[in-house]
Amino acid sequence: MGNMKRFIGFIKKEFYHIFRDKRSLFILFGMPIAQIMLFGFAITNEINNVDIAILDHSKDATTQEIIHKIASSKYFSIRQLIKNESEIEAVFKKGKVKAILIFEKDFSKNLTKESNATIQIITDATDPNTANTISNYTNSILQKYQQEINKNVKSPYQIVPETRMVYNPELKSVFMFVPGVMTIILMLVSAMMTSISITREKELGTMEILLVSPLKPFQVIIGKVVPYIFLSIINAVVIVLLSIFIFKMPVQGSLFLLGIESVLFIITSLSLGILISTASATQQTAMMISLMGLMLPTILLSGFIFPISSMPLPLQVISNTIPAKWFIIILKGIMLKGVGLLFIWKETLILVAMTLFFIVLSIKKYKIRLE
Amino acid sequence: MKGESVIKVENLTKTFGDFTAVNAITFEVKAGEIFGFLGANGAGKTTAMKMLIGISTPTSGSAQVAGFDVFTNPENIKKNIGYMSQKFALYDDLTVKENITFFGGIYGLSRSKIKEKRSELVAELGLGDIINELVGSLPLGWKQKLSFSVALLHSPKIVFLDEPTGGVDPITRRQFWEMIYKTANNGTTVFVTTHYMDEAEYCDRVSIMVDGKIEALDTPKKLKKQFKAESMNDVFLKLARSPIDN
Repeated sequence: MGNMKRFIGFIKKEFYHIFRDKRSLFILFGMPIAQIMLFGFAITNEINNVDIAILDHSKDATTQEIIHKIASSKYFSIRQLIKNESEIEAVFKKGKVKAILIFEKDFSKNLTKESNATIQIITDATDPNTANTISNYTNSILQKYQQEINKNVKSPYQIVPETRMVYNPELKSVFMFVPGVMTIILMLVSAMMTSISITREKELGTMEILLVSPLKPFQVIIGKVVPYIFLSIINAVVIVLLSIFIFKMPVQGSLFLLGIESVLFIITSLSLGILISTASATQQTAMMISLMGLMLPTILLSGFIFPISSMPLPLQVISNTIPAKWFIIILKGIMLKGVGLLFIWKETLILVAMTLFFIVLSIKKYKIRLE
Repeated sequence: MKGESVIKVENLTKTFGDFTAVNAITFEVKAGEIFGFLGANGAGKTTAMKMLIGISTPTSGSAQVAGFDVFTNPENIKKNIGYMSQKFALYDDLTVKENITFFGGIYGLSRSKIKEKRSELVAELGLGDIINELVGSLPLGWKQKLSFSVALLHSPKIVFLDEPTGGVDPITRRQFWEMIYKTANNGTTVFVTTHYMDEAEYCDRVSIMVDGKIEALDTPKKLKKQFKAESMNDVFLKLARSPIDN
């Protein structure tokens, strides 16, 4: 009874600290929104109204139809029609046109008679990402068209290519970024902010006062950590809502499971934050360790930006020790693929084990420090 | 009450590896006494004090504080003592009122008790105008008085003051010592470490630590006689043989 009241008083005090410090307020609430907007709008692989040119050697009904389909998609706008190959270089050199589609001669006839016609897609690869995306988009438009015409032709020998872009059919890059950004932000808020707020008490000397009081050390730590659990959960909710309503990203899996897994990762990060605070005497040190020791490896090695499969083997091995890696797999699974616990129990278990490890380690370090 | 020992220390020792920070110190402090705990930097006063307030476990020896053993019952010690560090550690981003409420709360005082104590403090220290100010905006002297009062909120039997007057002006120091006298008169034992030798003269009894050992312990008057010194400063210099750094 008395304990509960003490605890509530402690939490209240913690919220005073947070709400009276503009810097923490910004990191807590400005940062998540800014980051998700940044990744969503600015740093994107998506294309919109890319200028392309067309060289149509056959000018028949089929090519007209395909050109029409491409022109009516919001990804491309046809800037010019060219007459022969010699113009290609000049067009690219002007820099406006990012891709040229070339239909071979007798396109329609080849397609119906030999069920094989070619379109050449030439992209300006000075920006390889965009070039890659353009060719993917064009391919997907062509495939759709191919499926349409194959519906009418009931020939059993017709071969229909079955490449399909799953999970992110529109190649929306923001969908790929959301799990990563969410991971980084939860990590930042939970680990960095808690480690800073605990070391602040040490620096100010109030930690000593708290330890001399009847509060037990673990009560002090829990009191420091609980407000950040709340704030991190709010952050996770804000990020998911932004993704759903601003970026129209569907969450395929269970929101409940998403919530549980997020809380698990928040606790993992908090335990890391406590561990950092036991190792550092000042807020600056805590911040440096959080940024260099946590954020950097998390951003670089978690698979958020660089695919883990294309890393050299030693880095791949190291990436296994990064909690964020497992959480991103879990998030992508739930958000994009809609899988249940059955498919991500292994990753979940790894996170649970890591969390327990960090907690045990910080309790040990705490005891040593108190001596 | 007076005359009864509230701190009993016997051969209390703390070692860190090969280094003996506190070397078998023995002393007693009586209820209502102002006990000065002196020593140069690194002499081991802080380590000794940390053992007495229950945040550091002694290596050997025995000690009872407020009737409880430091080895077996540090939690009960914590309930019965107050502590003020040299940093006047209150929360700068909380108001005077919020600080009082918070610290009263962690010592388990009821809401009405906190309110009562707060009105007392407002009257005693003249806090009326600044009760809703952030502590960070107050002058050092105010902070110091306030943190002393906060350390006494739960009416502890003993209050430990770790260099409470570091960095404040002589007038404020004088006022602060008046508060200490008042506290001692009310029956609270005051255990105080200090660097200022004039303050040592204000104590009922004084111990001087040198290299982890208590080299002298008596009333200031008797110590001066014993060391044939003019002042406590001379006593200290004769013992520590090195100038004091403030």
